[in-house]
Amino acid sequence: MDRLKIIKKNIMEKKTTILNLTEEEFVHSGNRACSGCGLSIIYRIGLKALGKNTILVVPPSCLTVLQGLYPVASTKLPCVNVTFASTGAAATGVRGAMKALKKENVNVVAWAGDGGTGDIGIQALSGACERGEDIIYICYDNEAYMNTGVQRSGTTPQGVLTTTTPIKGKLQEKKDVPSIIAAHGIGYVATASAAYPLDFYDKVKKAMTISGPRYIHVHTPCPPGWSFDTRFTIKVGKLAVKSGLFDLYEIEDGEFQLTGESKRLVGKEKPPVTDYFNSQGRFKSLDAELVKTVQERVDTKWAKY
Amino acid sequence: MHIIESGNVAAATGVKLSRAQVIAAYPITPQTPLTEKLSEFVESEEFDAQYIPVESEHSAMAVCIAASSAGARAFTATSANGLLYMSEQLHWAVGARLPLVMCVANRGIGAPWTVWNDQQDTMSQRDAGWIQIYANDHQQIIDSVIKAFRLAQTVSIPVMVCYDGYILSHTYMPFEQPDQEQVDSFLPPFAPKNFLDPENPGNFNTVTLPDVRPGVDGKIEPGYIEIRHNLHEDLRTALDTYEEIDKEFEEQFGRGGNPLIEQYKCDDAEFVAVCIGSLSYQLRDVIDIMRDDGMKIGVMSVQMYRPFPDEAIVAVLAGKKCAIVLEKALSYGNQGALYGDIKSALYNSDTKPHVHNYILGLGGREIKTQHLLDALTESCTSPDTIGDTPRWIGLKL
Ligand SMILES: Cc1ncc(C[n+]2csc(CCOP(=O)(O)OP(=O)(O)O)c2C)c(N)n1
Ligand code: SF4
Ligand SMILES: [Mg+2]
Repeated sequence: MDRLKIIKKNIMEKKTTILNLTEEEFVHSGNRACSGCGLSIIYRIGLKALGKNTILVVPPSCLTVLQGLYPVASTKLPCVNVTFASTGAAATGVRGAMKALKKENVNVVAWAGDGGTGDIGIQALSGACERGEDIIYICYDNEAYMNTGVQRSGTTPQGVLTTTTPIKGKLQEKKDVPSIIAAHGIGYVATASAAYPLDFYDKVKKAMTISGPRYIHVHTPCPPGWSFDTRFTIKVGKLAVKSGLFDLYEIEDGEFQLTGESKRLVGKEKPPVTDYFNSQGRFKSLDAELVKTVQERVDTKWAKY
Repeated sequence: MHIIESGNVAAATGVKLSRAQVIAAYPITPQTPLTEKLSEFVESEEFDAQYIPVESEHSAMAVCIAASSAGARAFTATSANGLLYMSEQLHWAVGARLPLVMCVANRGIGAPWTVWNDQQDTMSQRDAGWIQIYANDHQQIIDSVIKAFRLAQTVSIPVMVCYDGYILSHTYMPFEQPDQEQVDSFLPPFAPKNFLDPENPGNFNTVTLPDVRPGVDGKIEPGYIEIRHNLHEDLRTALDTYEEIDKEFEEQFGRGGNPLIEQYKCDDAEFVAVCIGSLSYQLRDVIDIMRDDGMKIGVMSVQMYRPFPDEAIVAVLAGKKCAIVLEKALSYGNQGALYGDIKSALYNSDTKPHVHNYILGLGGREIKTQHLLDALTESCTSPDTIGDTPRWIGLKL
C-alpha cells in the first residue's frame, strides 16, 4: 500500500495518526529516562491519550526515576508513588476516594514495570481485578528489574543474560502476565509495543471507554538492559513483533483478536527469531538448541492464529 | 445513648460516627468482628462509606494510603501478623504524613501460632512513627477512635488505637455511645491542603535526595533528613495537641482527662505499678488488696505510648521508692520496651525510683491476680535487691 492509502485506511478505521495526535504534552522533556528508553515513548503517548483528568499510581521502577527527584517532577498529572507490591490496591484506594468524594470521570491509572506487575505486585493486581475495580493498569515490560540494575524477573525471556542470570542466561520461560490477568475475566486486556506507539494510544483510548479493570501490557525495549544501541529502540521493538515473539492483541469481553502489525502478519512469512536475538547483546549465550526450541514455539503459536 | 456491646463493636461504632469515607480491611482474629460490623454498617446503608474487601493487609493499608492521599478519611484495622504484614506500609503512611486511623486488637505473634492476647504486635512497631494510643475499656475504645481521627488530621500523622484482643475486643461492657451531631461538631470533615487533584497536580512521595534542593522556582526544599526531623518534631508536639483535643472532648462529652497516662491511687503512693492496657484495671484490684495491708501502692497505665509522654511519666514516678513495669511484650534479648523507655525518661531525675520489670501474659497466658499480688509484694518489700533483668510472671518451666 502506498502511504496515502495507509493514511486513508487509518482515518476510515478511526485510528490515530501523527496528523491527528493531540499536541498537548503531559511529560516534560529532559526527564531522567535513558536515551532511547521505550518506556519514555509510551509514557508520553499514553498520558496524551489519558489527558488531564487523570490520577497516576506508580510503584518503584524506572518510572519513579523518570518522574524526577524532589522537588522537581517531570509529569504534569497528579501522581502518587506507592510501595512496590501495592500498585493494584493503591489504585483501588484512589478510586475509592473518588467514589466517596463523588468525583466522577477521573481516570485512575496504575503504571508499573513488569516486576512490579507480574512478580511482587501480582497479588494486589489480582485482587483489584477480582473485585472489578474501575482502574486502568498499564504494565511496561522491559523484561527485567531495570531500576535495580537488570536482574531477572518473571517476564524475562528464556536464555536472557541478566545480572542474576549472568552466565547461562535465564533458565525458565517468560511468564505470560496478560493471560493471567485475562483469566480474571475482566472487560479489556490488550498488549502493545513501544515500537507502535499510536496503536498503544488507541488502545488506551479504547480502554477509557470501558469501565471496570482494564489491563494493557506494553513491550518496551530498554537499550542498557538489553544491550543495543539507543538508535535501535523502534527497530528492536518491531522485530519482536514481526518475528512473532511478542504479539499485539486485544481481549474484549473474552474475545481474542490480533491487532495492528500482528494482525497483518497472519499467514505471512516472518523473519526468524534469530534476527531479533542478534539485535541485542542479552541473547549472547543462547545455544542453537534453545534458538530452535523458541522458533518452534513461535511457529506452533502462530499456526493457531 | 448507653449500650452494652463488645470492644470491636465499640470501635466500629466510633468509626461510623467519625464518618470514615474509605475502609479497607482483611480479617484476622481477634479483629475480625470489627471488620464484619463495618461491612454490615455499609451494606445496610446505615453508613455511607466505601468498604473495600481487599486480599491482604498490605493492600488494606495501600488502599488507605492512596484514598487518604486523594483526600478521603480512611480507616483500617488488624491484629498480630496482619500488622506485621503491613509493616512497610506503616512506615509509608507516616512518611507520606497521612491522617489514617487504624485499630489494632492486640494479639501475640507467630511462630508458633497463637491467637491470644499480648502486645508484642504493636510494641514491635513502635519506631514506625505512628501515634499509638491504648484503650483500657470499651468507653476508651470508642472515644479514642473519635479523638484519633481529630488528632491524626490535626498533626498529619496516622494514629493506631490499640486494645487487648479478646479481653476487650470480645467481651461485652456498657458504654456511652456519643450522638452523631456531637461527633460532627467535634470532628470537622477532612479537608487537606494537598491531595491528588487533576486541577492542581503534584507528585507525591517522590525520590528525595540526601541534601536540600531548589525547586524550579529557586526555593530550597528539604532533603530526606529534614523531612524526617520535622516528623519527629511534629510527633513531640502531638503530646500537647492530644491533651488539648482531649480537653475539648471532655468539655463536650464529659469524659476524658487522662489522655497520656491514667493514674489510680498514685498521689500518695510510694510504689507504682506501670502497664499498658486492660491489665491496669486488674491491677487496681491488686492495689486495693495491698492498700488494705498498709502498702502505699498505685497503678499507672500509659495511654499514649508513641510519642512517649516522658514528662508526664516522670512527674508521677520521680520521688517514688519503686516503679514496677509489667509488660505483655518484650524487646527480645534485652528488656521490656516500656521498661527501657521509663528508665531512660527517669535517668536525669534527681529522685529516681528503683525500676523493676515483669514480663507476663505472652500468648494469652492467664494473668492470675495472686501472681500479680506476689510479684508486687516482692517488689515492694525488696525494692533495692531486685536487679535489672526482666522477671517472668506465671511461667511454668
Ligand atoms: C519491597 C521492595 N523490594 C525491592 C525493592 C527494590 N526495587 C525497586 S524497583 C525494583 C525493580 C523494578 O522492576 P520493574 O517493576 O520491572 O520496573 P523497571 O525497573 O524494570 O522499570 C526493585 C527490585 C523495593 N523498592 N521494594
Ligand atoms: S534502564 Fe531501560 S527502562 Fe529504565 S530508563 Fe533506562 S532505558 Fe528506560
Ligand atoms: Mg522491568
